[in-house]
Amino acid sequence: MSYNIDNNGFYGKFGGAYIPEMLYPNVEELRQNYLNIMAETDFQKEFQQLLKDYVGRPSPLYFAKRLSKKYNTKIYLKREDLNHTGAHKINNTIGQILMAKRLGKTRIIAETGAGQHGVATATVCALMGIKCVVYMGEIDINRQAPNVARMKMLGATVVPATSGSKTLKDATNEAIRDWINNPTDTHYIIGSVVGPHPYPDMVARFQSVISEEIQKQLLEHENSSNPDYVIACVGGGSNAAGAFYHFLDDTNIKLIAAEAAGHGVDSGESAATSALGREGIIHGSKTLLMQSTDGQITEPYSISAGLDYPGVGPMHAHLYDSGRAEFISVTDDDAMKSGLELCQSEGIIPAIESAHALAVFSKKQFKPNDVVVLCLSGRGDKDLDNYINYFNV
Amino acid sequence: MNRINKALQSDKKLLSIYFTAGYPELKNTTTILENLEQSGIDMVEIGLPFSDPLADGPTIQASSTQALKNGMTTEVLFEQLENIRKTVSIPLIIMGYFNPILQFGVEAFCKQCQAIGIDGLIIPDLPVDVYQNEYQTIFERYGLINVFLITPQTSEERIRYIDSVSNGFIYMVSSAATTGKTSGFGDEQMAYFNRISALQLNTPRIVGFGIKDNATFKQATTYAKGAIIGSAFIKHLNKFGIKKIDTFIKTIRD
Repeated sequence: MSYNIDNNGFYGKFGGAYIPEMLYPNVEELRQNYLNIMAETDFQKEFQQLLKDYVGRPSPLYFAKRLSKKYNTKIYLKREDLNHTGAHKINNTIGQILMAKRLGKTRIIAETGAGQHGVATATVCALMGIKCVVYMGEIDINRQAPNVARMKMLGATVVPATSGSKTLKDATNEAIRDWINNPTDTHYIIGSVVGPHPYPDMVARFQSVISEEIQKQLLEHENSSNPDYVIACVGGGSNAAGAFYHFLDDTNIKLIAAEAAGHGVDSGESAATSALGREGIIHGSKTLLMQSTDGQITEPYSISAGLDYPGVGPMHAHLYDSGRAEFISVTDDDAMKSGLELCQSEGIIPAIESAHALAVFSKKQFKPNDVVVLCLSGRGDKDLDNYINYFNV
Repeated sequence: MNRINKALQSDKKLLSIYFTAGYPELKNTTTILENLEQSGIDMVEIGLPFSDPLADGPTIQASSTQALKNGMTTEVLFEQLENIRKTVSIPLIIMGYFNPILQFGVEAFCKQCQAIGIDGLIIPDLPVDVYQNEYQTIFERYGLINVFLITPQTSEERIRYIDSVSNGFIYMVSSAATTGKTSGFGDEQMAYFNRISALQLNTPRIVGFGIKDNATFKQATTYAKGAIIGSAFIKHLNKFGIKKIDTFIKTIRD
């Protein structure tokens, strides 16, 4: 079985491009060009150079000694939190801004949940001198104030999404509407492996630098480029897609996706899509989706703005459906405790998104000789208020 | 013959109205339909509300949100429309996003439509190629016309493809916009209307987006078989409720 995308833009039965005709020319232009542009020597040279000199790649693969001892296994952290702008999101925005330039676009729009993708987009727009508009849910604007300030300092316009749940899903709707209204000069930089084909594939390819580096770095550390497990958190799923990418076809390597269960999977306040979702269509692709029996999209909840999304990317829907990846639901409480545990055991303050992945260690037993790589997708500076409020520090 | 095709054969320019089912009150659906027929409307699009209507602007989205709060669902809509053909004879089209239809079951949905006397569907996020590959035979089995959209950005090649798959009319979106975004037509729209007329398509066109009054209705129908009003009618409902529908329609026609 293949776990990657097919020629029609599907992962198994998930994917496709279910878009209004108004978006067809934009999406089709991208579909026809993205693979060719990515294969250009010029493009690769500029992309790799920027990843190295601007983003700071390769990001370290750090052996977490004290955490490993505590859980009696070998834990490596892929330090995407050390990237410029503080998360893995920049890998994708660097790639997409170069793509947009080659497509002749002069205006960039983006959606953001936690603000990490918004900051990463605002950053590359500043770098290239391109106008940038970021849509962000009103609730997320309030709970991620430092990132909003960063985007503004970088010259981006931040537009609050005030419809629906006022979070990531609604910011995405607003961004898509903007694109419908500005079809010729604007490129929409989607921040995760969601949206109509070719976005999930394009974003996964840009993020695949993560698993590519893991392979090389593990060879140095462990004399084998293959881990036993790869763990990542999944909201839309871009850091997970990047961490899994080069391991998809080797089923000896087990993949674990940590989902945000909010106050509990059955609490009514959750974002655990694999547990609560059914096949449906959101933002242009067929995937697993939290929805009512009537097909209305459910408003998700998570303490983590970056995981507060009612669906997952179609690749993840397929990984879940086929059993290739194990999905583990992690509550707010478990994530917060695991985040604090990493602070105190390794001196690393993780993003609350990444803390969901860390919580897998308290839920699943690994063998002493297992090599477990966890994608530490972002740093926790942006979440300090949340940590302060939760622990009363 | 399907009522849509019959209407398209008439000599007059067609005026079609979009409204959101279950808005402003849950039980308004059939009353609005009856009032529209009595006001001399030629065709109606009944909006099946969706939580995340990508192609719609704030006015229609707000009406959908309210309709859902009022308790509108696919099943409720079908119940409300069960006897609609006893009082309403104009063509009826259901306009909705694909996910609720997919959850109801595409074939079950089409079957219900046929039982009620629905003539066609407009599903903005069901692309024409997916329709052709997966659903066309089902739609045809239940006598439903599926209406596709074109925009000023749609290529000629794609317009001709859409023309070849269409069996009712083509919904000609007047500008690159979500609903309710524009009002009135400029040179760009006129050039687009002219360009499409010159293609001599087999399928008649009905213009939507940006039509709000008598002037815009006349402009649009100079180049097309008819025009659709959505946001402007929802705004009328916001202001007057379901009263004075005939007055609103009169101002468009006169």
